[in-house]
Amino acid sequence: MTTTDKFVKMVEAIALFLAVVGLILFLASRFSGRKGDRVVAAVFLLPTAVMVLVGLVYPGVRTIYYSFFNAAGTAFVGMDNYQTIFTSSDQRTVLRNTVLWVVVTPFVATAVGLLYAILVDKARVEALAKAFIFLPMSISFVGASIIWKFVYEYRPDQSGVQQIGLLNQLLVWLGLTPQQWLINTPWNTFFLIVVMIWIQAGFAMTVLSAAIKAIPEDIVEAARLDGVGPLGMFRFVTVPSIRPALIVVLTTIGIGTLKVFDIVRTMTGGQFDTSVVANEFYSESFRSANQGLGAALAVLLFVLVIPIVLYNIRQLRASEGR
Amino acid sequence: MTARTTGRRAIAVTGVLALALGASACGSSDNKSSGAQRGSTECADYAQYGDLSGKTVSVFTGIVTPEDALLKKTWAPFESCTGATIKGTFDKSFETQILVQAKAGNPPDIAIVPQPGLLQQLVATGKAKPAPKETEANVDKNFTKDWKSYGTVNGVFYAAPQNASMKSLVWYSPKEFKDKGYTEPKTLDELTALSDKIAASGHKPWCAGIASGEATGWPVTDWMEDMMLRLSGPAEYDKWVKHQIAFNSPGPTAALDEVGKFLKNGKYVNGGLGDVKSIATTTFQDGGLPILQGQCSLHRQASFYAANWPQGTKVSKDGDVFAFFLPGKTAEDKPVLGGGEFLLAFSDRPEVKAFQTFVSSGTWATLAAEGGGGRAVSANRGADVTKCQCSEIDTLAFSVLQDPKAIFRFDGSDAMPAAIGSNAFWKQATSWITGQSTKDTVNKIEAAWPK
Repeated sequence: MTTTDKFVKMVEAIALFLAVVGLILFLASRFSGRKGDRVVAAVFLLPTAVMVLVGLVYPGVRTIYYSFFNAAGTAFVGMDNYQTIFTSSDQRTVLRNTVLWVVVTPFVATAVGLLYAILVDKARVEALAKAFIFLPMSISFVGASIIWKFVYEYRPDQSGVQQIGLLNQLLVWLGLTPQQWLINTPWNTFFLIVVMIWIQAGFAMTVLSAAIKAIPEDIVEAARLDGVGPLGMFRFVTVPSIRPALIVVLTTIGIGTLKVFDIVRTMTGGQFDTSVVANEFYSESFRSANQGLGAALAVLLFVLVIPIVLYNIRQLRASEGR
Repeated sequence: MTARTTGRRAIAVTGVLALALGASACGSSDNKSSGAQRGSTECADYAQYGDLSGKTVSVFTGIVTPEDALLKKTWAPFESCTGATIKGTFDKSFETQILVQAKAGNPPDIAIVPQPGLLQQLVATGKAKPAPKETEANVDKNFTKDWKSYGTVNGVFYAAPQNASMKSLVWYSPKEFKDKGYTEPKTLDELTALSDKIAASGHKPWCAGIASGEATGWPVTDWMEDMMLRLSGPAEYDKWVKHQIAFNSPGPTAALDEVGKFLKNGKYVNGGLGDVKSIATTTFQDGGLPILQGQCSLHRQASFYAANWPQGTKVSKDGDVFAFFLPGKTAEDKPVLGGGEFLLAFSDRPEVKAFQTFVSSGTWATLAAEGGGGRAVSANRGADVTKCQCSEIDTLAFSVLQDPKAIFRFDGSDAMPAAIGSNAFWKQATSWITGQSTKDTVNKIEAAWPK
């Protein structure tokens, strides 16, 4: 397809989109009055409903359906794929890693972000300090992974060989032997988690900093008059006041962490026992051509995300209700 | 028509010949400006394809810059002599795209397929067309039976081979060999003896790297295929690839153990890069570079590694680096592991058939050899090697691939099911490097084989 062809196709697509919107507006304009309102609402909702059905519900249901089938999607195998996930030693490692990611990342990233937000709050160089920790957020996961891959890069400690990894160079300067950070399981998973924390701490800091600034001044003053120390202030004033923001940050990072794929794929390709559910789902579906197991892993991921999303929504409703 | 065509005339079908005569009588006002003219002596070899003016053949391939230009150059005489247009699409995502296109029913006329496994999947879609008999005659004449068998699915011949590459090579520094009095080993035992000799001098003989993103581990699969071919022979090798013997049966296990004697031997590896485990984190591109710094002496990698040396490195017999053939059990035993591409047609229009026949001919192979670069080498015995603009590595590959004593086998992991060839085999080979036992490794790969 030449560039001209692509532009022609783009113009066609835009024209089609405008035509559909025009049609909907035209249909809606034909109805008026009290009864008409419902019809108008239905007409406006229809495209969204169709898109959700076609783009989300249908593929979702099909994925669940396929998860009960064999590799080629030709024969029903019942719960076999799910059994594989929970019994094969490789797949169990994948589950263990996913648990490590989900347990560690949200809490550490949020803790780092919160601590940083409190430390730089009302400091003289606050804007600059915030910019520094926020910068990694603007780097793509793949870019960040490549940067950290270089940080962990290993070369042996022998004459004529230069270290090219930052971390190992630090060890050499301290008189220690360089380590192969990405190979030794299960520690390698933590070295990958560091990358995620590096990226997400900035997000946590920004949201939490805004929440801290929104704490009413009179509460802080009252606490001070009651003689509350800095730790008490944190424990009894700051944290309870920003609780909704904390939960939003924790759950958002948690959902993102469950779906982590780019970091693992770029840094280790899931080798050395570092694979996680999302990466394994990709390898099984697209490299191994095992549609059934891939679908089962996708369903598992879906099931794991649901409770966090539900909790997130409930918290949002509760905070709105207040 | 000139005297040069007499030989051709004998084999050309009369009808086709009549067309060709007609074409040459038509004059050449509509010819392309460059290259040969229709009816001229340069076009004599193309007379058999007839007049294809106004006809277009679409070709889809994963071969990209800079090699696409070399490929287009080999098509130019065919285009100017027959009047046909070859419309090439060069796209890295060929392997995933072609299956989608074939399944959706809008494939190109010709796909240049680099893996026998993918070829079989494409034929299974039912959209591919068997090769015309003229192409098959060319392949019978120019290629060994092995090569023909890779383009054959269920007894029907579909795809003629195009280029070939050779994987059974060991890179070394000719200067170091000369200075220290080492000689190229002619048998596997000699290779071990040489490694021991270098190790005894306080040097790590081998360096290796298998990191390659999600494909990490593939160089180990090449090692194992090479050893399987050497220790068990081609017949057992074929059974192994087709899973007629189990992956954890004695043959493959012995082959992996043999690789282990080199790659998992702390005395042998990993010169300039660390211990055995460092093989897993060193990219395959970096794997052989310590040879240049004198940190290691030997590196097993395919002929394409020639392009991987830093600029200014002289790749030749008396240069900075060169390669020798990874020897067999005996000096006479020459099993070659390699790769190549195959032309699969999705249409049987006359111009498509003519193009397939052209690429399988000695004429095309000679054109490719003249073009040099990454497209020079093929296993086509019709190629005029004397005209080759070959690097010394190409010449070596050409001579081994065309050696009648050499037994060629295609990279086995490319022909295994995807769950093995592009997942379990790589993954377990990597775990094997980082400490997993040979027994666990072959057992796990066997367990992953799709039932």
